[in-house]
Amino acid sequence: MDRNPIRRQLAIMRQSLFDQGYLDEQFIELEQLQDDANPNFVEEVVTLYFRDSARLILNIHHALYVHFSPTLFLFLFIHTHKVMILLLFFRERKPFDFKKLDGFMHQFKGSSSSIGANKVKAESTLFREYCRSANAEGCMRAFQQLKKEYATLRKKLEAYFQLARQTGPLETATRPK
Amino acid sequence: MAVNGAVTWLRRAEEIDGYDLSASDSEEVHVLAVDDSLVDRKVIERLLKITSCKVTAVDSGRRALQFLGLDEKKEANGFDGLKVDLIITDYCMPGMTGYELLKKVKESSAFREIPVVIMSSENVIARIDRCLEEGAEDFIVKPVKLSDVKRIIDYMTTDFREGEERRRGINKRKLRDDGDGDGDRSLSSSPPSTLSSSSTAPCSTSTSPLDSPTRRLKMTSFEEHIFADKK
Repeated sequence: MDRNPIRRQLAIMRQSLFDQGYLDEQFIELEQLQDDANPNFVEEVVTLYFRDSARLILNIHHALYVHFSPTLFLFLFIHTHKVMILLLFFRERKPFDFKKLDGFMHQFKGSSSSIGANKVKAESTLFREYCRSANAEGCMRAFQQLKKEYATLRKKLEAYFQLARQTGPLETATRPK
Repeated sequence: MAVNGAVTWLRRAEEIDGYDLSASDSEEVHVLAVDDSLVDRKVIERLLKITSCKVTAVDSGRRALQFLGLDEKKEANGFDGLKVDLIITDYCMPGMTGYELLKKVKESSAFREIPVVIMSSENVIARIDRCLEEGAEDFIVKPVKLSDVKRIIDYMTTDFREGEERRRGINKRKLRDDGDGDGDRSLSSSPPSTLSSSSTAPCSTSTSPLDSPTRRLKMTSFEEHIFADKK
């Protein structure tokens, strides 16, 4: 058993991430790809994931909550009131693009799965089910929940890696005595 | 122009002659990885490097074809020095899907010898069958694990070494038994296309869940076909 208190804390933190279902075995797969030459591989992948998926979250948000295109705004400013009526017409009529939403979520789910983000992946699956049944309300609820899990995971992993950097990752620790 | 894949295989044959076959092949396997996901590209790249492969990772089928020199719009620009030994591609990609890329590779006389492996997050039997029928070497369900990559690289390099051993063994014995050039045929014939012609029956009738047994079914039928005098 490791005597170092920080290492112990790190181990406990790590275990609880698995126990509470935030992470699954794919995270362990990534840990096994670390070595002396690549000691921060997992952190690099996770950092990349959060940066890349933020873009997808934004796209999904846009597709869910923005109901008319920016170009129509431009028309509004440049042309006459006739166009305003057209704009309102579009605004009320524009349907959810479930296919587009599902496409974004497919990508998001893929990356989440690749890093072992278990809860986030589950929320993605739920969201996609609502897309497939064209349930706009369901999509919006699922998206709120997903963003919560995503934010929680981000916080926990940031804390984990911050601690890991202080001690060196567990996986490259010396063998137990 | 020589058939790329075959040249690689044949070139290795010439090099291996005279070497101790128990030593590992010094030539690295060059893999072209295709995936639109940044995260997945980073992971697959690492997985392949760990299995001692040279990796080129691209983000689309179009770029993969450009790299191979198959894209009509661009000329092959000196990349044919870097022979590709294996293509591993995601299935769902915007623009050209992995399936479409597979078809283009298999339709090309220059590159159809290159084994193509498909990766997909969706474990759909119909999709898997379609890919295998089109000539895919294997199908990996995402997320990709090290064991998946190791398995593929292992049987790629092992099949070849076994083929070599067999060929040299047969030559040494001066075709004593009924090993009538079967070993030779394994080199001159194109493994992937032989594979696709013989793979349809075992794969499409299989209803087992997609894990190692189903995937290995295809390889076994390949081995049986090529090494007819094995057992």
